Amino acid sequence: MAPVTTVHYLVLSAALLLIGTVGVLTRRNIVIILMSIELILNAVNINLIAFSQHLKNMDGQIFAIFVITDAVAEAAVGLGILIALFRNKETVLADEIDLLKW
Amino acid sequence: MNFLDNIWLIPLFPLFGAAMMLLFGKKLDPQPPSEVAVAPGVEAVHDDHHGHSHGGHSPAHGHSHDDHGHGHGHGSPLKALIKLICPGMVLLSFIFSAGAVFELAGKEARVHQVVKFTWLAGLPFHMADGRIATFGADWGFLLDPLSSVMILVITGIGFLIHVYSTGYMAHDNGYYRFFGYLNLFVFFMLMLVLANNYVLLFVGWEGVGLCSYLLIGFYFHKKSAGDAGKKAFIVNRIGDAGFILGMLFLFSLTGTARFLDVNHALAEMPAETVEFGILSTTALLLFIGATGKSAQFPLYVWLPDAMEGPTPVSALIHAATMVTAGVYMVARSNVLFTLTPHTLQIVAVVGAFTAILAASIGLVQNDIKRVLAYSTVSQLGYMVLALGVGAYWVAVFHLFTHAFFKALLFLGSGSVIHAMSGEQDMRRMGALRNKIPITHMTMFIGSLAIAGIPGLAGFFSKDEILWLTYSSPLGSKALYAVGLTTAGMTAFYMWRLMNMTFYGKSRVAPDVAAKIHESPASMTIPLQILALGSVLAGWLSVPKIWTDKLQLFEHWLAPVFSSEAAHAAVEEAGHVAHHDTSTEWLLMGISVAIAIIGIYIARVFYNDKPEIPESLEAKLPVLHRTLLNKWYLDEIYDFLFVNGLSKGGGNLLGAFDRNVVDGAVNGAGWITRFSSSVSIWWDTWVIDGAVRLSSFLVKVASYPVRILHTGQVQSYALFIVVGAIVFFGYYMVGQ
Repeated sequence: MAPVTTVHYLVLSAALLLIGTVGVLTRRNIVIILMSIELILNAVNINLIAFSQHLKNMDGQIFAIFVITDAVAEAAVGLGILIALFRNKETVLADEIDLLKW
Repeated sequence: MNFLDNIWLIPLFPLFGAAMMLLFGKKLDPQPPSEVAVAPGVEAVHDDHHGHSHGGHSPAHGHSHDDHGHGHGHGSPLKALIKLICPGMVLLSFIFSAGAVFELAGKEARVHQVVKFTWLAGLPFHMADGRIATFGADWGFLLDPLSSVMILVITGIGFLIHVYSTGYMAHDNGYYRFFGYLNLFVFFMLMLVLANNYVLLFVGWEGVGLCSYLLIGFYFHKKSAGDAGKKAFIVNRIGDAGFILGMLFLFSLTGTARFLDVNHALAEMPAETVEFGILSTTALLLFIGATGKSAQFPLYVWLPDAMEGPTPVSALIHAATMVTAGVYMVARSNVLFTLTPHTLQIVAVVGAFTAILAASIGLVQNDIKRVLAYSTVSQLGYMVLALGVGAYWVAVFHLFTHAFFKALLFLGSGSVIHAMSGEQDMRRMGALRNKIPITHMTMFIGSLAIAGIPGLAGFFSKDEILWLTYSSPLGSKALYAVGLTTAGMTAFYMWRLMNMTFYGKSRVAPDVAAKIHESPASMTIPLQILALGSVLAGWLSVPKIWTDKLQLFEHWLAPVFSSEAAHAAVEEAGHVAHHDTSTEWLLMGISVAIAIIGIYIARVFYNDKPEIPESLEAKLPVLHRTLLNKWYLDEIYDFLFVNGLSKGGGNLLGAFDRNVVDGAVNGAGWITRFSSSVSIWWDTWVIDGAVRLSSFLVKVASYPVRILHTGQVQSYALFIVVGAIVFFGYYMVGQ
């Protein structure tokens, strides 16, 4: 079995990014959208760690931890907004929420 | 006592008297309330055809007729104080004047100037020739032979008339008012003649005009008196306008207002013998002032109407003094007039024309005072004629003699009116000779004097005027003929007056006839003194062909009138017009003869054969009516000036106001409204339009952008992704 190389990581990362992006653009449920955003962030993390390992530089790893932290905070705030929104609008579907329209 | 340096006191005495009367007079002469309340009505009835009123004659007051002469008792006892103060002040002035003149006669130069203080401080101005001069006027007094003659006449005759008035006005209300005005008049008149500059002279000039107005309108409850006062005032304003302009011209030419300095400056200017230049214009303007004050054609019309005032006023103001102010002023400006022969020609013609015009009107008047009024205008015409032919001293001489006999005649007529209980119409008189002998005697002398009978005052001055009119280089035979005709007319109308009043058959109404009485001593004594003056005044300057020793008056005035220019004119004319003494004798004979003829015709017409004038009236109705109506000059003036210029011009100006001025205002309003409408349109459509257009454009431009702005979070995310892909794509391709 061929060893796992940096390219493999990058392919995985690209796949995750693509899945996440498509999820954000196409799903109506905001919970799913938030989950897709997590996928995108994780794709980025994998990318960072892959290059960190490839370049023998620890900066990528540290940055990945930052991104995880950020993702947690973001998920918390996002879900908080979502709950507040649901209380008012009684929906979690993104296409029904268009208050910022002109 | 040094009278000469104290001449400034002379006018102050009457001013003091006037101030006393006008400030405290009401307390000195309290009138019973009932009399004040009743008086206007009573007097209005009383005065309908009478010149002056006597409260005492009115039955309402219950005075018997015997009270008349000595009515002092029934006024306030303090009335005596008025009688003391007012004539006393004038007497004091007379004494000071006499003293000053006496001292002046002893002086070498016979000119004395006293400047008390600068009254109008000067401002610099550009003179006509471009030099800068300072305009200013002193409160200064000038005593020279000319003003000394005037102050003696004013204070001397003024005093006699004051004394006369104490008797004449005894029954009138407003005793203090009358004397207050009269004293004020004397003050202003003295200021006029004692002033050392034109500006101060003008103060006196206007002051006497004011007093004249006040005294003509003394019986102010009578409409005709009020109207006459206003007429005098307004007509005089026309002359004053000329005087002011002339004065300003004179400042501009000479740069000073003082007589002595003006004369000094004028002495260096050439005479305007050829063209009618600036000097001639100045002189003519000054003369226009004189025509107003001295009642010359065309401004004489106020003087006959001025007879509405009390008779002593007519005597003092409208015969002896004020009306001679114009003559005085021209004589005072003789240096200027001598330089301007063209203007002198106008002066002479105006004088001669006035003399004959007024005399012709006087021929047929029936009101005793009107005859004397026209006589005064006529005699003033003589004076002006004398000025016009350059015989200034003769004009002043005639002024001097005229003051005596005309004051006498006026006061005499006042005495007649007094005796006749206010009757002034000579057709209701006659045969008064023995009833009022003193009045008759004095008026007889006065009438002889004015007619020009040798030996009396009028003869000397009038004959000298006629002779100089004939012989002077400025005179002419035509002017002489006019003067001679006037002399005949004068003799005629005066003796017509005498005959109708004192001789012939009595035409007096019976109720009046019973009350005829001689006037009190306070009135007859001034008459007698004036009669004496009318005889003696002329002897101050007798014709040179009689004797060359008795030309006191001429020599006395010589320094005033003998400027270099006058000398030059005389010398130039000397060899041109040389007349021998036989001509003068002849002319003198002619003028005496014509006077006697005039007197004789009057005697025949109005005493011996009264039917002659009546048949003449019937034969020449147009002429008679024209003369009786004063050549319709008042009507012509009414038509031309009062109705034509004033009312017509007023209407014209009114129309101008309504149409042009109001039209301009309305037009301006309309234009404002119109422009505001335009402005509104501009605002609405252009400014607002631009604003709306820009907002509309923004709106239009926003449509494509709005389509992108869906509010759908995912569409925004899609844009982000697409944008990222585009950048990446660009990046990749760029590599």
